[in-house]
Amino acid sequence: MFAFLVRRLGQAVIVMLVISILSFSIQDELGDPLRELVGQSVSEAVRNELREEMGLNDPFLVQYWRFLRNAVQGDLGTSYFFKRPALEVIMDKLPATIDLVVAATFWILAFSIPVGVFAAIRPNHLFSKLAMGFSIVGISVPVFLTAIFLIYLFAVELGWLPSYGRGDTLIMFGDWETSLMTIDGLTHLLLPSISLASVILPLFVRIIRSEMMEVLESEYVKFAWAKGLKKRRIWMLHAFKNTLLPVITVGGVQLGIMVSYTILTETVFQWPGMGFMFLEAINRVDTPLIVAYLIVVGLIFVITNTVVDIIYGLVNPTVKLTGQQ
Amino acid sequence: MPLLSVNNLEVVFPLRTGLVTAIKDVSFDLEQGERIGIVGESGAGKSVSAFAILNLISKPGYLAAGSILFNGRDLASLGEEEMRQIRGNEISMIFQDPMMTLNPVLTIGTQMEETILAHKNMSRQEARKISVAKLKAVQIPSTETRLTQYPHELSGGMRQRVVIAIALLSDPAIIIADEPTTALDVTIQAEILELLLNLCNDFDVGLILITHDLGVVSEVTQRILVMYAGRIIEQGPTHQVIARPMHPYTQGLLGALPEKTRPGQRLNQIPGVMPTLQEIPAGCPFHNRCNQIQAVCKVDLPILGGTGSRAVACHFPLNR
Ligand SMILES: Nc1ncnc2c1ncn2[C@@H]1O[C@H](COP(=O)(O)OP(=O)(O)O)[C@@H](O)[C@H]1O
Ligand code: SF4
Ligand SMILES: [Mg+2]
Repeated sequence: MFAFLVRRLGQAVIVMLVISILSFSIQDELGDPLRELVGQSVSEAVRNELREEMGLNDPFLVQYWRFLRNAVQGDLGTSYFFKRPALEVIMDKLPATIDLVVAATFWILAFSIPVGVFAAIRPNHLFSKLAMGFSIVGISVPVFLTAIFLIYLFAVELGWLPSYGRGDTLIMFGDWETSLMTIDGLTHLLLPSISLASVILPLFVRIIRSEMMEVLESEYVKFAWAKGLKKRRIWMLHAFKNTLLPVITVGGVQLGIMVSYTILTETVFQWPGMGFMFLEAINRVDTPLIVAYLIVVGLIFVITNTVVDIIYGLVNPTVKLTGQQ
Repeated sequence: MPLLSVNNLEVVFPLRTGLVTAIKDVSFDLEQGERIGIVGESGAGKSVSAFAILNLISKPGYLAAGSILFNGRDLASLGEEEMRQIRGNEISMIFQDPMMTLNPVLTIGTQMEETILAHKNMSRQEARKISVAKLKAVQIPSTETRLTQYPHELSGGMRQRVVIAIALLSDPAIIIADEPTTALDVTIQAEILELLLNLCNDFDVGLILITHDLGVVSEVTQRILVMYAGRIIEQGPTHQVIARPMHPYTQGLLGALPEKTRPGQRLNQIPGVMPTLQEIPAGCPFHNRCNQIQAVCKVDLPILGGTGSRAVACHFPLNR
């Protein structure tokens, strides 16, 4: 386990370095930071002085090295717009996004597993065929369309659910603000989380179904039948545990990708998370905030992948987390 | 009354191209403790016959006709739960490839204990004790640690021993072994075969041994059935059939055995290949490969029949 974590950590550092280089180098493409800071009215001479002072005239590598040194110490620069450390701004927004992702993940797991398994066991059942049909629709309709449709139906027409904002929140563990603990928060969370899950949930249903159907044809499942096991045990243990392996691999990546879908979802629902913040930062050319966002999202990706790898290793006995043979 | 009496089994597969008959008119008896062999080329219908006995024909296939009398009960008419109680309990199976037969994500111990617990009302500890005893019976060293291991930690030969131990767990009356040595290393085939033979003798277990290798059958079984294109075309006591085959196909199979061939001589392969289910010819299914063929063979299907312990499905049998 230790060797595994060390190796994984090494990989994570490399990935983060690549992400940091990429996000740092797009800075130059985003326009002159001075214009955002001081506006148009300042003379060219003063600008040049400021530029020199901020180190903007230094060679790329020198600037990057300075950036990296600060980043390691948790300093990702100062947001032009908020006039506060970029990381602090993101940390303020992070809980709202986590709420959204947690709720969406809950929908995905709670529905894709039973539906996918059922569709694999009873492929000719009417329910399975309907589920497969719907899943195609779900995968093909973009998140923002689903979101707009849900708002129209449940917020505008029926008036059952709120269409924007987080609702009541509760502060937990010192300063972690969550909507998951209040009824009002949960009602606000309902539509955004369903929208966010709307593409990945049907994808999961299809992956689980097809992987499980393949496993059900395997020799070891036939042997399990020949041993006279009860069908529940064959389906839920023998077949499902083997289905999990490919599902974890593909699914883990999808859950990571979900973070990028939060940009759309949060924007449509005005959900005050870091996806919404990111879009605003782009509009305001708030370069430090953009770079900081990319790095935080990269970090989330790396962490998710590591967790997924650990879970995979726990399910699959041929992977040795201990790193020994 | 024989322990197992299989009568006129017919299994069909409704495929997109139409209904195909995989086996037809398959009948044989098995006495208590008897060992019979089913031989034939790949695709002859051996596995389908075996799975049909346990009502485990893979979809979309189904049993279209026939009865399977086991201890006087017709397995073909049993309900799902009654059938489950027979499988792995009174009739066990051993599969061909031990690399694929054991579940990769469950320990050997789990896969053994669950088999006992599926049929008997006892504690895990008791089931564990039985598992250990059976692992000893198949001569697996350090049995206790084996139980905690996963299949990938064992060699192919060891895994097949585990599979045999699983088949023995509930002291079955019959074991159906579908090509149990085909996937193994040549060096350990004989070892596993001898083990199987000894266990069946020691525990008085009936054996249905499926193989495409007449050599294997001659070492282990008392009676053999030869299958071709879904039908039994010859049957009789093993030594008699091998010494004096009556069906030209059986003779061809025997001629193709390496030990019947002098060094340097070419193997006497039967010309041509077995027809697929869709293209079985009218008359005798073997007629386009037969060297004894006469006009009637292309028209009339020969029926399995004979005198005493032997039977053959051929208009012009050999060695009468
Ligand atoms: N699941 C299936 N679907 C369609 N046809 C099948 C299936 N299983 C077996 N068959 C057909 O049944 C015939 C006999 O197969 P099998 O009993 O496996 O042969 P073998 O004697 O090699 O064990 C084959 O020709 C095959 O085409
Ligand atoms: S019936 Fe005719 S074709 Fe068929 S095996 Fe006998 S001799 Fe050959
Ligand atoms: Mg076979």
